[in-house]
Amino acid sequence: MHIVALQGRGDLLEWRDAARRLFVAGLAPEQLDWRIAGEGGLFGAQPLPPLPATRPAPRVPRAFLDIAETVVCHADAGRFALLYRLLFRLQDDGTLLSMAADVDVAAAWRMTKAVRRDCHKMTAFVRFREAPEGARRRFVAWFEPDHHIVARTAPFFARRFADMDWMILTPKGSAALDDGALTISDAPAAKPDLEDPTDALWLTYYASIFNPARLKVKAMQSEMPRKYWRNLPEAALIPDLIAGAPARVAAMAQQQAHIPPVFHDRIQARRAWDQRDVSPPPGTMAALREAARSCTRCPLHCAATQTVFGEGPDSAALMIVGEQPGDREDLAGRPFVGPAGDVFDRSISEAGIDRAAIYVTNAVKHFKHEPRGKRRLHKTPDAGEIEHCRWWLDQEIALVKPKLVVAMGATALFALTGEKGRLSDLRGQRLRLEGGRELLVTVHPAYLLRLPDAERAAAETAGFRADLAEARRRLAQLRETPIAPPVPAWMEPAPGGA
Amino acid sequence: MPRSLRERLAILSDAAKYDASCASSGTVKRDSASGGLGSTEGSGICHAYAPDGRCISLLKILLTNFCVYDCAYCINRSSSNVERARFTPEEVVWLTLEFYRRNYIEGLFLSSGIVRSSDHTMEQMVRVARDLRTTHGFNGYIHLKTIPEASPALIEEAGRYADRLSINIELPTDAGIAAFAPEKRPDGIRRAMAGVRLHIEDAAEPTLRTKTRRRFAPAGQSTQMIIGADGASDATILAASARLYGGYRLKRVYYSAFSPIPDASAQLPPVKPPLLREHRLYQADWLYRFYGFSIEEVTASGADGMLDLDIDPKLAWALAHRGRFPVDVNAAPREMLLRVPGFGTRTVDAVIASRRHRRLRLDDLARLRVPLRKARPYIVAEGWTPVRLLDRSDLAALVAPQARQLSLL
Repeated sequence: MHIVALQGRGDLLEWRDAARRLFVAGLAPEQLDWRIAGEGGLFGAQPLPPLPATRPAPRVPRAFLDIAETVVCHADAGRFALLYRLLFRLQDDGTLLSMAADVDVAAAWRMTKAVRRDCHKMTAFVRFREAPEGARRRFVAWFEPDHHIVARTAPFFARRFADMDWMILTPKGSAALDDGALTISDAPAAKPDLEDPTDALWLTYYASIFNPARLKVKAMQSEMPRKYWRNLPEAALIPDLIAGAPARVAAMAQQQAHIPPVFHDRIQARRAWDQRDVSPPPGTMAALREAARSCTRCPLHCAATQTVFGEGPDSAALMIVGEQPGDREDLAGRPFVGPAGDVFDRSISEAGIDRAAIYVTNAVKHFKHEPRGKRRLHKTPDAGEIEHCRWWLDQEIALVKPKLVVAMGATALFALTGEKGRLSDLRGQRLRLEGGRELLVTVHPAYLLRLPDAERAAAETAGFRADLAEARRRLAQLRETPIAPPVPAWMEPAPGGA
Repeated sequence: MPRSLRERLAILSDAAKYDASCASSGTVKRDSASGGLGSTEGSGICHAYAPDGRCISLLKILLTNFCVYDCAYCINRSSSNVERARFTPEEVVWLTLEFYRRNYIEGLFLSSGIVRSSDHTMEQMVRVARDLRTTHGFNGYIHLKTIPEASPALIEEAGRYADRLSINIELPTDAGIAAFAPEKRPDGIRRAMAGVRLHIEDAAEPTLRTKTRRRFAPAGQSTQMIIGADGASDATILAASARLYGGYRLKRVYYSAFSPIPDASAQLPPVKPPLLREHRLYQADWLYRFYGFSIEEVTASGADGMLDLDIDPKLAWALAHRGRFPVDVNAAPREMLLRVPGFGTRTVDAVIASRRHRRLRLDDLARLRVPLRKARPYIVAEGWTPVRLLDRSDLAALVAPQARQLSLL
């Protein structure tokens, strides 16, 4: 049995050098007795006796070095033997580390976790107290970690507190930043006397942020175990806060409702004045838009962000009607600003139409969708929803009085005419709406986006553009001729129609 | 006599404590290597815990608790006789920096009562964030509460300096908001959340010229719902959460058990906060976000849309779907392993990694920290088949936690 004594202050190199020599000398885990220098009758790290090399150096995966770097920081006396055992076993089975259920691997993970947790708690529970100033502000902290983690954790403090000088003292070493230079020592430090008047503000905050009606002492202790309390200034308040909580809750329960303070009445009066009726005059587009904002005619408003009303000049000659707002439109509150809106914008501009001169709206004004995972998937509105929303569309047409309306897609066609026919049967025809207004029918731009076949999509997009170009030509003609007198049946072809 | 800073700190942190949000994680990495003070490194740090079990990560305060709104559930509503105070933006900046230097906190969570106008209030909050970032080179975490009615330019600026923005919806239904927070406009809240999502997504696109990404609230947005103030069921609450996650890509929905407040409104009799219910809602929320459950699946088994308080929602689902079990830990796909009671996401990862090398037995699972008493009836492992257990009618009693989880209260 060989005794191997190490300083054991969290330095991987120390263990690695020893382990490599022992391994090369052909020593098996059970032949070694790993010790900490200064413990169990040992006075210091004893140099290993010269050992003859009997085999090549061990090979380990990168992941092992990461684990070893952490495990050597653990305070457990068995850590060196465990690492050597893993090193030994890894030579036969390179995949050993991915077996989380293996006894040694599980033990190593447990230690890794403990060290990481200790590091995390150090970043959380170190409390700096300000010391008399030099050229830079200077702070000192005392902390008692479970493991040898000062060197591991010091860079965190250096990254965070770069513009001040600081020193963290612990029984397992210390770290200091002086004018930007980080120094680390593994020698035990003594507890300094620290005081800082700002602690009083912190204690005030700690006591005030605590809610006595939600006492959960166990939850607190599992995250902030008692062993840390003696170095946390705020922990001194804990017993009184706990003891006083029931009385504070009881006092709240018994309190009678007070008469509101004077300023409450003043605020209420001013609010009434602010909220006096300032709605736009009825019969205008502004009034219609305002009324639509709070529409609850169908349940679609429950799941949507907002009403997406039509957009464009109040007296546009051309009105284009789509289906319903999509995800982006629902968020932005404007029609045709999403992916289909991009296709739409491109196509109308290629067809020579200025979007700013036309009125663009949808048959249904709220986004209908269903959740698919965490996305909102478009869902086609049903006849009832279209029916409810038609009221708004009719009002828009009545106020804008367009000479030509273009219905994009079956939903728009149904909303405008009540017709559920096939789009392709009516495309290219000049139809008539009630009131004598002319109607053209085309596809919805979202349909173009859904076509998987590139060639077909290109052809359909060209067709869409041609329909829009036809709308522009027809609009120019209609501008020169007055609107024909009302014709009762919408299906009757307009004069000169195809 | 004017109140001291310490007295006002007491009032304005007491006024802020009913906001459950405390996260300081999920933002971009920053440090002060090239100047300034502070860093953020992925996961946030809880610097202390109060005896209410909540973590203290940020300096959570109000700029002022004067408020022109009269929301029934709120300690700062205009009709409450709570003591009022205000900080100047400079005082908040000083407190944040001095607390930060002593490693008490990760950063600032600033909220405010609404004084004068929404824009005036938002402007003051943005000023604090701007001063911290630009004048003092502060690289720590900043969470700003957003006022829905504030002008888009102010929200834009807030997103430039803050890591996270949040707008509290407070109640799951528009009707609830109308009844308890008459001055709040639910559609305005939704529009503001939609605006923040659009800003975040636009900022993620590299700009055409410089190819750099602008910064806008890199830790995303969150919200809070108060539990138990109105009559909303868990199903209603969770459906609202799903809409918020789906619609506005929220990072978190916080659930805050309604807690009695001093000088409470007569509308809300003081009751013990439903902490266990809050806990179950968080569990259900987790199942939705990380375990592939839909909200309907989670809430279907409970009566009147309420989650079972005695057993966690995953166990409730498993008991209602015994036909889907037992699950073979050595063969089942990830989605199904995630549905086994007692299996967390990390356990599932470890099971999948380990079973590539050998067939797993119960003691292997024990080493992976699986609570076997809970999971055993639902799994098949090497040398273990639970058939009889699954058929027992008293299975719920067998696997339910033995001491009812009253410790949570």
